Amino acid sequence: MKQVKVVEGSEAVALAVKACRPHVVSAFPISPQTHIVESLARMVADGELSTEYIRTESEFSAASVLAGASAAGSRSYTASSSQGLLLMTEVLYASAGMRLPFVITAVNRSISAPINIQVDHQDTMSLRDAGLIQFYVESSQEAYDIHLAAFKIAEDPAIMLPVMVCMDGWVLTHSYERVEFLDQDTVDGFLPGFQPQNYLDPANPKTWGSYAEADVLMEFKYAIHQAMTAGKPRIREILAEVAKITGRDHGGLVEAYRTDDADVILVAMGSVVGTIKDAVDELRSSGKKVGLVKIRCYRPFPHTEILEAIRGARVVAVMDANFSMGSEGAVGLDLKAKLYGRPDAPIVIDYIAGLGGREININTIGKLVERAEQVYRSGDILPEAEWVDLNSVLLG
Amino acid sequence: MKLNPGAVVKGGTSLDYKTGNWRDQRPVVDQEACIKCGICRDVCPDDAVKVKDEKYEIDYDYCKGCGICAHECTADAINMLPEEK
Repeated sequence: MKQVKVVEGSEAVALAVKACRPHVVSAFPISPQTHIVESLARMVADGELSTEYIRTESEFSAASVLAGASAAGSRSYTASSSQGLLLMTEVLYASAGMRLPFVITAVNRSISAPINIQVDHQDTMSLRDAGLIQFYVESSQEAYDIHLAAFKIAEDPAIMLPVMVCMDGWVLTHSYERVEFLDQDTVDGFLPGFQPQNYLDPANPKTWGSYAEADVLMEFKYAIHQAMTAGKPRIREILAEVAKITGRDHGGLVEAYRTDDADVILVAMGSVVGTIKDAVDELRSSGKKVGLVKIRCYRPFPHTEILEAIRGARVVAVMDANFSMGSEGAVGLDLKAKLYGRPDAPIVIDYIAGLGGREININTIGKLVERAEQVYRSGDILPEAEWVDLNSVLLG
Repeated sequence: MKLNPGAVVKGGTSLDYKTGNWRDQRPVVDQEACIKCGICRDVCPDDAVKVKDEKYEIDYDYCKGCGICAHECTADAINMLPEEK
């Protein structure tokens, strides 16, 4: 039986995690993630959730607890944001290498300095190379649904990698939304208990992440990449299973929105997608052929799906809420690398937008689409990414 | 041999890995000068100082030649000699 509630995004995530029956939850507070672990703490205190709830003294420890608990055979979970995710970085690379399938909710927030607590994707983009599977969600409902899938994907024997569900801080975590929840029996039927092939056992000692020299290290690293790429069909299947039990299909690795016959296609991820869908609807009603590709699964990078969805477009405008200093935005770089050398490759514009919570509204999208059309007409190749709405007065 | 995901192997494998071949300086204990205080064993970061028949001896399978034992020896009874390879 379905339940419907109006809840904060953080509560929706906490309810999804609770339904997945984690053995261990580690917690360290940081805005805008705090409400998630607070909700889980309340559930434990109220006797609604039976789990080992471990308060740590830093995010480094919170991640280390997950690594240890996961190696011991426990389904494990934590949430963090921004600086906290950066502090976890070393542990997350090691955990992916040791193939430990825990789940982290990464509540997106800008990286200091300057200090800022609003949303952009710099924090999780800085972890894109770690070997984590990364999802980005548009709504609290999608956050709930993806968290159900996350544990099953992480623990799939063909994958065995940590999964990070990225959701925009404040915009999703702190707004109230109508969310539908599954009953426990349905979740239990979908998600079996965690049965790892290897687990820490004093009676049968094993070593994780043992020393590997130049003759084998490359193969270990390649095996992580293989697990991601070869795991794509399993990710698609598990997302489809969730769509079946929830009755909601948010798409597979990507969602193509009104891309048929579109001349200009935007590529985006996170909560800004909702705004872009409204903008696309407006632009379509005024006769412009505009579409959107929403990336749901960013790692592994779903290039096949994206190339299929943008086929026929003249310009692809990527919305990057991150920037690789001295280069360009991460999603733009990924996409251009996969388009290189293809005779049908469209022009790609890499827009850097929304850093530190800078507003992106329907008018912003309208301007960006106009600019994309202008680039196409002029035939210019853009020398670098375009930063959206920069204030030239401040830059002097 | 196929790789095991996550490099999970049996426990205690670090003992199979003889780090002694990293060494380019070899600590040599002068048993005449040694006062058997045990400081060398306490400070060795690799647990490579062993007591055998009441003599302090270096386990060259694991000694990396860092020289802390020689530096800390109050009797100047440990000499670091170039490793011959």
